[in-house]
Amino acid sequence: MLSRVAERIYWMTRYLERVENTARMIAVYTNLLLDMPRGVDIGWYHLVTLNDAEDWFEARYKVKDERNVMKFLLSDTDYPGSMLSSLRWVRENMRTTRDEVPAESWEYANEMSLFVQENLQRGINRGTRHEFLADVIKNCQQLLGLFEGTMSENHAKIFQRLGRNLERADMTTRILDAGIGILVENKEHLLPTTEQIVWANVLQSSSAYLPYVRFQRASVKGPRVVRFMLEHPEFPRTIAYCIGAIREDCEKLPRSDRVVRQADRILKSRYTSLDDEEGIPHSELSDYLNELQLRIAGLHQLFAETWFDLS
Amino acid sequence: MAIDWSKYEPGDFYDEIISASGNARLPARRLVNYLNSLGDEELQARRSAADVTITQMGITFTVYSDEGNIDRAWPFDIIPRTISLNHWQKTAAGLEQRLRALNLFIDDLYHEQKIVRDGVLPEYILRESKNFRPECVGISPPFGVWAHICGTDLVRDRDGQFYVLEDNLRVPSGVSYMLENRSVTKRVLPDLFDSDRILPIDDYASNLLEALASLSPRRVKRPSIVVMTPGIYNSAYFEHAFLAQQMGAELVEGSDMVVADDDCVYMKTIDGLERVDVIYRRVDDLFIDPEVFNRESVLGVPGLMRAWKKGNVALANAPGAGVADDKVVYAYVPQIIKYYLDQDPLIPNVETYLCVNDKEREYVLANLDKLVVKPANESGGAGMLIGPHSTKKERKRFDELIRKQPRNYIAQPTLSLSTVPTLVDGGSLEPRHVDLRPFIIQARKTYVTTGGLTRVAMKKGSLVVNSSQGGGSKDTWIVDTGSK
Repeated sequence: MLSRVAERIYWMTRYLERVENTARMIAVYTNLLLDMPRGVDIGWYHLVTLNDAEDWFEARYKVKDERNVMKFLLSDTDYPGSMLSSLRWVRENMRTTRDEVPAESWEYANEMSLFVQENLQRGINRGTRHEFLADVIKNCQQLLGLFEGTMSENHAKIFQRLGRNLERADMTTRILDAGIGILVENKEHLLPTTEQIVWANVLQSSSAYLPYVRFQRASVKGPRVVRFMLEHPEFPRTIAYCIGAIREDCEKLPRSDRVVRQADRILKSRYTSLDDEEGIPHSELSDYLNELQLRIAGLHQLFAETWFDLS
Repeated sequence: MAIDWSKYEPGDFYDEIISASGNARLPARRLVNYLNSLGDEELQARRSAADVTITQMGITFTVYSDEGNIDRAWPFDIIPRTISLNHWQKTAAGLEQRLRALNLFIDDLYHEQKIVRDGVLPEYILRESKNFRPECVGISPPFGVWAHICGTDLVRDRDGQFYVLEDNLRVPSGVSYMLENRSVTKRVLPDLFDSDRILPIDDYASNLLEALASLSPRRVKRPSIVVMTPGIYNSAYFEHAFLAQQMGAELVEGSDMVVADDDCVYMKTIDGLERVDVIYRRVDDLFIDPEVFNRESVLGVPGLMRAWKKGNVALANAPGAGVADDKVVYAYVPQIIKYYLDQDPLIPNVETYLCVNDKEREYVLANLDKLVVKPANESGGAGMLIGPHSTKKERKRFDELIRKQPRNYIAQPTLSLSTVPTLVDGGSLEPRHVDLRPFIIQARKTYVTTGGLTRVAMKKGSLVVNSSQGGGSKDTWIVDTGSK
């Protein structure tokens, strides 16, 4: 397979996953707002810092309020990480690899793109946001399902999975960090239940609530949630699962020794200092998540060196 | 209600389906009977089925506009055009003859230039040729063939005879649409393929593959063959992808390839660098190698010419083949055939006036309103003057252009292109003008497509068949009528 084609398929699913995760992140924040005691500032701007997009945001907006943050994350075409920009890159990468993806994907992607463009305002308004985001997630799942159900198990399929899993792992670290962020921001007026609400929402944003409960058979507690999202080997959005799947896929690809070693390194780097009965050491965990993000970025760098950037 | 042929009036033109007496021509007899048996509604239903099929199959072409590039559904008319096998065999022989002679001619130009020394081709034509590439002098590609794939445009005049309108020897396109037109027609008029003896056309991709493989510099069982495209913004990208897919070849862009220190071409794959043996390039000469030609080109591969000259990679078509695509050279093709093959041309040229010759130029300038004036080295119908449809201002501009650079212009009489019944808006059949582009492949062997791509001017009275300017296309049937 040509390096360029492999790279485009990989980015196609990375951007697709980014669209879905943007929707999921915004959904957590919007939901939380409903459950929080009066006076709690959930800090919409945190969604911007989580994506390391402060410079982009500040170049365009002065007021860091909900409306501006929503406009920025959903519809800002100057910001490459916005939902609209990501969708554009999904289509652009798909357009150039149409021979490798199922015939219907182009149609699905166009429909989704059209839907998002026509309904952006619904996403920006709080009253209609939930339904809009649910539709976006549905559209993304539809495309992923198409890939899963109709692509032959060949290199193209492997690269589409690599893109999806890498982006997903990265976003899982960010969603956990989002939970910590809200708790830190509101240290002063936290109610005893607040912490539980935040972590329950974190789980829900990843559709992980039921799998968590079934696995833990215990109430929602910060340390357990974090451990679940980092280490559970079976739920498809955890770090352990995503990186494990990446490792497995890489072994099927040529010249993958270095990539496999890097994946192993991530899998072995457990975060140990979590005790169910004590609280979460916020800043320490936040540092760990940042470290994890860097390692995931390192994994991408190795993909590029191994398969994409030949000279 | 069945079709009312009494209202079908091709007028003064040669209609390929209905003869002057109003009867169906021999190869079209079954087709016409069949069409008569369909009601208006049924005909419309078949037309809608074709539209749906085209959308579903994703058959598109790209149109450039200010708002960006758009993929448009391929415009297609369901009524096929029929030609008898007997007539086609003679035409195919003529096309083979022509391409063989042209390849001998190109090879001669890059070696001894005997045809110039023998005074058959005036020296000035070569000296002032825009597409002669001095970089190619002395190179001997396999089998002495430079133009491996040629898409010759044919037209039928009032007498029903085929004439060559132009030879496209650089990067001719359209063959994918020829193949797709047949797949669509098989779906919407399946009954006729049972009863009529319509010759199949689907061996093109395998013949192309065989021809390309025979050019491989390495004697390996499965040479590595690629289709090189300028990328998704090219109007023929659909075709590049289609052909790559049909041949099981990689579809590459210039940036996918490198020329290494060993002067061999490699493509970048996830397995590492992989040797490339044959490049079916759909990128113009001037853009294939920034080291040699256009330095700004990002479509090419630096060092590609070096690799080709050393014989480490085959290029189809070879760089420099376009020298024979010159419309002034075109006028000399009958002499070229005579010179190299000692044969008379089997397919005549359209009468052509060379503006460089004083007498002919005078005639052209005096008759600008009646003639079609073409620049010698453009392709795709660019920069033309269609006399009968021109304004005074346009004619004045061409008068000046011709006087300034007579070598760069030729003129031809306005042609009476033949017509074929075409389903128009409103649901009736009306005559529309068509041309035909067969494709000829030459490498170890020579091969001509069975028929070719029929393009049709969808507007009443129009002679413009280009898809970018409102042209459509039809399936082309070579029908075995059993007669000799």
